[in-house]
Amino acid sequence: MQRIGVFVCWCGSNIAATVDVEKVAQVLAKEPGVVFSTDYQYMCSEAGQNLIIDAIKEHGLTGVVICSCSPRMHEATFRKTVQKAGLNPYMLEIANIREQCSWIHKDKEQATEKAVILGRAAIAKVHLNAPLTAGQSPVTKRALVIGGGIAGIQTALDIADAGFAVDIVEKKPTIGGKMTQIDKTFPTLDCAACILTPKMVDAAQNENIDIFAYAEVEKVQGFVGNFTVTIRKKARYVNPDLCTGCGLCTEKCPQKKAPNEFNLGLDNRRAIYIPFAQAVPKIATIDADYCTMLKTGKCGVCSKVCTAGAIDYKQQDELVTREYGAIVVATGFEPINVEPYGEFAYKQSPDVVTSLEFERLMNAAGPTGGTLLRPSDKTHPHTLVFVQCVGSRCDGDTRGKSYCSKICCMYTAKHAMLCREKYPDTEVYVFYIDVRTPGKNFDEFYRRAVEEYGVHYIKGMVGKVVPENGKLKVQASDLLENRQLHIDADMVVLAAAIEPDKSARPLATMLTASMDTNDFFTEAHPKLRPVESPTAGIFLSGACQGPKDIPETVAQASAAAAKVIGLLAKDHMTCNPCVARPDELMCNGCSACEKVCPYGAIHYEDKEFRGPNRTMLLRRVAQVNPAVCQGCGACTVACPSGAMDLLGFSNQQIMAEVDAICK
Amino acid sequence: MEQKKMSEKIREITGINPRKCMKCGKCSATCPAYEEMEYHPHQFVAMIERDAIEELMESKAIWNCLSCMACVERCPRGVEPGKLVEAARQLVTRQQGGNYLLPDDIPARLDGDLPQQALVSALRKFTR
Repeated sequence: MQRIGVFVCWCGSNIAATVDVEKVAQVLAKEPGVVFSTDYQYMCSEAGQNLIIDAIKEHGLTGVVICSCSPRMHEATFRKTVQKAGLNPYMLEIANIREQCSWIHKDKEQATEKAVILGRAAIAKVHLNAPLTAGQSPVTKRALVIGGGIAGIQTALDIADAGFAVDIVEKKPTIGGKMTQIDKTFPTLDCAACILTPKMVDAAQNENIDIFAYAEVEKVQGFVGNFTVTIRKKARYVNPDLCTGCGLCTEKCPQKKAPNEFNLGLDNRRAIYIPFAQAVPKIATIDADYCTMLKTGKCGVCSKVCTAGAIDYKQQDELVTREYGAIVVATGFEPINVEPYGEFAYKQSPDVVTSLEFERLMNAAGPTGGTLLRPSDKTHPHTLVFVQCVGSRCDGDTRGKSYCSKICCMYTAKHAMLCREKYPDTEVYVFYIDVRTPGKNFDEFYRRAVEEYGVHYIKGMVGKVVPENGKLKVQASDLLENRQLHIDADMVVLAAAIEPDKSARPLATMLTASMDTNDFFTEAHPKLRPVESPTAGIFLSGACQGPKDIPETVAQASAAAAKVIGLLAKDHMTCNPCVARPDELMCNGCSACEKVCPYGAIHYEDKEFRGPNRTMLLRRVAQVNPAVCQGCGACTVACPSGAMDLLGFSNQQIMAEVDAICK
Repeated sequence: MEQKKMSEKIREITGINPRKCMKCGKCSATCPAYEEMEYHPHQFVAMIERDAIEELMESKAIWNCLSCMACVERCPRGVEPGKLVEAARQLVTRQQGGNYLLPDDIPARLDGDLPQQALVSALRKFTR
C-alpha cells in the first residue's frame, strides 16, 4: 500500500475562487492510502515546494498527488521537488483542477465536487505507479539546415561559430534564396545583394559548414540527437570539383530558350547556366529539360569549350547519408499563383506583374538592367497602380489565404517610393485595405512615401483591369471619397500573398513535424517556444513558420541556432521513460503496432520461448527501442491482444482512474 | 416590421453575415452600375450591419443594381453584397404584396436584343 500525500493549490484566486480548496483537501484525506492532505496558496512557490518536501520526509510518503494547474505548466517543477525529497519523480501525479475545472466552471459547489473527483482519479493512479528511470542516448554533434535562404544561412553561420559542424541542403543550384532576387530592403533601402552575398561567401568559406546545393532531403530516420538523413545530390552534369565558374559554357551554349527562373521567367537563359554572378557555389548546371545533348545526344558545345573538362553528361544523382543531432527547417516561402484572380488580367497582359517580378524589373542584375520598362513594349511606364492584399486576408479556402502576408505593405511602400525617386515623371497609386506597418521605423517609412514622394495612397480595392490599346484600364473604388475611379495605367503591380514553399509538406511528413492548415510549420508553443517544432530535435527558422520580413527572419534564425547549440553542447540526452513496453508472452506478432508507430521505434524479433513438455517455441514478438519511442501510445491502442502497454500510463492505471471517476 | 427585424430577415434570407466585411471596397470597385446608384455595394453591407433598412429599401440604388453578381464573385470575404440587395428588393415586393411580372407575360415582352440574364434578373426583381 502506498503512503500518499495530497497537496491542493489555491493558485491565488485562480482555483480558490471557484473551488473550495479546503474542502477538497479534507475529502481527499479520507481516500484509501492518503496519510497527509493539505492546501496552500501557491504550491509552486518555494514555500509551497518546501511544504511538499517536509511532508514527504515527515510522513514517509511514497506517492504524491498535486491538485493544481495543468501538468503542462508545472509537472516538471513538481517532479524535481519530489526528487529533492528522495522520491522517484514518476511517483507524482497532477490533478488539473485549474484549466479543466476552476477556469471553466462558475458554480462553486459543482466545481468543488469535480475537483474532488479529479483528485480521486489521480490518487487511484498513484497507487499503481512504479518508479521509472530515464535512460540516456548520445548526441551526434552535427546539425542539418534544410533550406539555404537568409534564414538557413544565418542559422548555419551561428551554429558553425559555436564550433559545431553544420550542413546546408538547398534544392536550387545556389544558396541565397529569395533575398538574392530582391533589389533594396526596407526600411533602410540598403542593397539586398550587398548585405546577403558576404554571408553566402562566409557560409561557403566556413570550415564547419558543408553546402549541398542542388540537393534535396530524401529520407529522415531516427530521433533527437540521432537523426540519419539521406540527401539526394541532383545531377548537375558538371563536375563541381573541376568547374571554375568561368561562365564560358553559359555564353557558348546554343540553346537560348530556357526560361530564367532567377528573373521569374521575364527573360531567358541558356540550357547550361549559373543563376547569377554571385552564386554560391559558383558552378554551372545543365538544365536537362532544355539541353540538346541530353535530349538528343547531338551538341556537346559546352564540353568542347570547357577548358577544365568539367562537363559530364553521364553524371547521375548521388545519395549521401549523414548523421545529425538536430535538424533546422528553413524552407521559406513562395508568392502564390495570381492567375485565378482573373479580374487583374495577369494572364492577359505582360504589364500586370507580381511584386517579386517588379523587384526584378527594378534590379540592376534583372532583365532590364535596372531600368524600369514595361514588359510588353519595353517603354517607360508613366502611371503605375499597386494593388495590395492580392490573395491575402480572404475568407475560406477557395478565395485565398485567410492570413495577412505581413510583408506586402512595406515592400509596396518601398516600390512606390523607389519608383517616384528614380522616375519623378511617374504617377503612382497604391490601393490598400489597411496599411500595416508595425516595426522599427516602418510607419515613418510609409509616411515618407506619402508625404515626401507623393505616392497616392487610396483606401479601396481594384475591381478590374482591362488591357485596351496598350493601356491597362483600371476600375477601382476610393472608399474615403465614396467614388469609383477609372485610371489608365501603364503597369499594374500585384502584392501577391505568400505561402510556404511546396516542399514543406512532404518534408514535414518525413520529419513528423506538425503543420497548420496553411502548411506553415507549427511551433512547440506560440509564445514561449517559437523556434522549436513539437517534435524533439526539429527547429524552425524563417518564413516556413509564418510570414516574416528579413529582420524577423534573421532574428528567428539566430534563435533557432541558439536552441541547436544548446542541444549539441550536451553529450547525452535524457530520454522519456514513459515509453511503450510489450508483454512478449501476450504478443501474437501481428505487426499492428509496427505499422502505426510514427517514430519507427518498433521492430520484430524471433525469440525462443519455453513450451509445454520441455519444448522450445520460436515466436515473432515486438521490441520497442526506448530511445526512439516518444510515448504517444498509438501502439497500445492498436494492439489487438493487449500486449502493448505504456509505462506510466498503463491500461491498468487508466482503468483505475476511470473507475475512480465513475465511483 | 421594425428595422432590426427586417435586417435580421435579410440576414436570414441570404445566410450572409455582414460583420465578415473588412471594408476593402472590392464590390464597389467591381460594380458596373456604380455611377447609377446613390448608395454603393459596400454601403449596402454597412447599412444592413447598422440596421438602416428603411433607407436601403427606399433607395433607387437597389433597383439600379444589374444583378450581375460581380460583387458576389469577387468579394474576398464571402459577404456577397449582391445577394443582400436582392433580399432587400424581395422584402420591398413582399411588402407591396404582389407580383409585377408573371412568367406567362414574358413571351409577349420578348425582345431579340434583350440578354437572357436580364430576364432572369427581372423575374428576381419583380416577383415574390
